[in-house]
Amino acid sequence: MAAGTGSGRTISSTFAPVRNYLLAPSWLVIGIFLLVPVLLMLVYSFLTKEFRGGVIWEFSLAAYDQFLFDRGLFGDDPPKIEWAYITIFARSIVQATGATILCLLIGFPTAYYIATRPTKTRAVWLFLVTIPYWVNLLIRTVSMKFLIRDNGPLNDALMGIGLFDSPLQLINTNTAVQLGLFYSYLPFMVLPIYAALERYNFAFSEAASDLYAPKWTILRWILIPVVKPGIIAGCILVFVPSLGAFLAPDLLGGAKTFMIGSLIEEQFKGNAGNWPFGAAASMILLSMVLVVLMFYARAQARDQV
Amino acid sequence: MTLKSLLTSTALVMTAQAAAAEGSLSVYHWFEYIPQELVDKFEAEYDIDVTIDTYDSNEALLASLKAGTLGSYDVAVPGDYMVQIMAGEGLLDTIAPGELSNFGNIQPQWVDVAFDPGRQHSIPYQWGSTSFSVNRDVYAGDINSTAILFDPPAELAGKINVLDSQGEVMALASLHLGIPQCTTDRDQLRALDDLLQTASESWASFGSDIAKDVLVSGDAAAGMIYNGFSAKAREEGANIEYAYPDEGYVVWMDNVVLLKDAPNRANAILFMDFLLEPENIAAVTNYAQYAAGVEGAAEFTDPALASSPENTPREGAGPGAFIAVCDQATQEVYDQIWTRLRS
Repeated sequence: MAAGTGSGRTISSTFAPVRNYLLAPSWLVIGIFLLVPVLLMLVYSFLTKEFRGGVIWEFSLAAYDQFLFDRGLFGDDPPKIEWAYITIFARSIVQATGATILCLLIGFPTAYYIATRPTKTRAVWLFLVTIPYWVNLLIRTVSMKFLIRDNGPLNDALMGIGLFDSPLQLINTNTAVQLGLFYSYLPFMVLPIYAALERYNFAFSEAASDLYAPKWTILRWILIPVVKPGIIAGCILVFVPSLGAFLAPDLLGGAKTFMIGSLIEEQFKGNAGNWPFGAAASMILLSMVLVVLMFYARAQARDQV
Repeated sequence: MTLKSLLTSTALVMTAQAAAAEGSLSVYHWFEYIPQELVDKFEAEYDIDVTIDTYDSNEALLASLKAGTLGSYDVAVPGDYMVQIMAGEGLLDTIAPGELSNFGNIQPQWVDVAFDPGRQHSIPYQWGSTSFSVNRDVYAGDINSTAILFDPPAELAGKINVLDSQGEVMALASLHLGIPQCTTDRDQLRALDDLLQTASESWASFGSDIAKDVLVSGDAAAGMIYNGFSAKAREEGANIEYAYPDEGYVVWMDNVVLLKDAPNRANAILFMDFLLEPENIAAVTNYAQYAAGVEGAAEFTDPALASSPENTPREGAGPGAFIAVCDQATQEVYDQIWTRLRS
């Protein structure tokens, strides 16, 4: 990531006078469409909720209180710890972690395979990896639903070859959500690992092999450390969107048990209509993502030393 | 195709688009409810471009309008209780007396309705009922009780879809318990919470727009559903039966409302008048299989509809009840119960 500094590369001075302005459009877009909305959410999370959706401009900690404390059905019991939302967050973290591990297990060998093909065929493989992205995520998730339903082709096939007597109950389960997340974000794992592997000098592996290093040692002590930034980037690219996903839980999980994304959506779009609480839940989600990214940044900094 | 004919056809398409831009109308509508042919007919008759966005629950409509889309739509189609809520929130414009030339076509019983006295903001669209349907291949027993949803037999447990619509679920659950809607009695509210917590363990999914599809595909063996939507599921091949339970069922009426700050108010009035023509509203009835609230529409509706099992409450069924609008305190308890269901 911080490869430019100190690498001894000469920086062209052709565009020196305008260089400082080159990022201006990006900053403008990020500022208007990212920072302003996030700040707005932050403010909303500290406001009073208006009945049936909307906010009243009075400071309130009610949203965070609701997240942390259970005051009973009528709001006048002594406060206990609220497990409902912690459960929803824990469920989302488990799902996102599962999806990340699955993607890594399938994505790493795939990336390795592609990176070791001759340069000409690599392009074809990469092209194949990106094909699913030509189709909208919603369509892909609905198709997955058609595939795995009780009377769907997957179950027909499994029963056809005699593996099961009755349909495998997949639809409306956490397994289906897991499958959906894994499938949706797999290319996000393959591409960064491939990019890292492409720059890997396979002569290292050969040298180690010549010195009688077993395959596992080469993988563990040479290959993985070198492509680690790609692996971490892939993990982040899968974990973060999985954490806030709401299409897969909604369509494949039957919207029966909420993940964070559906909980937030429900506050703005659904029946509950509690904007400050939705904003507070978003802020808590954002903080969790930032913590993950901070660990990443620190790991990166350590590696640079 | 030669270059010349290509150019000519492009020019034709462009003029066609220019001609269509005479006027426009922006409709916010339920999913899968209005036949495209009827929209085309209106567009052709008045030279107006119609754009339609859809929502899947009354609450989603309210949320979207309050989140800032008010002012971009001309008309919407809220259910009865939501008309009352939207009027209370100041989201509706008033139709002046005499402004609708077909106002007289509204059936008398639907003119002075409790949710919009004197029809100041709305006209009838369709009315029907909400209860549930059961797949008869899976379960052959008695389905005339709301216990099918709230205390299901073993054959149906874990195979039930429930509408993602708080108002309807709470109303049916209240009927099941025999307690009034929007009760303020704490023991009754606790009982409601317990009932839904327990019942939801037997539910497979929540969803309104999927309600028909899951019954047809067999993903669900029973499902809460609107009567006309269930009739369509039956037509698409599902061996299902719509129930009119002993405990009662939900009755609703969807209404076309004039939204506040409508960008094309005059076209909205034209559209409402158009939908008060018996022949036009009957086209919606034939498509969605509910019932219209307009005099003379019966002449144009498919005769089979009037006697369809979904449109005919059985002898001895409980009473139909409109969804009540709760006060803030009760609504907040409802919201709590609803959220606890899904965590």
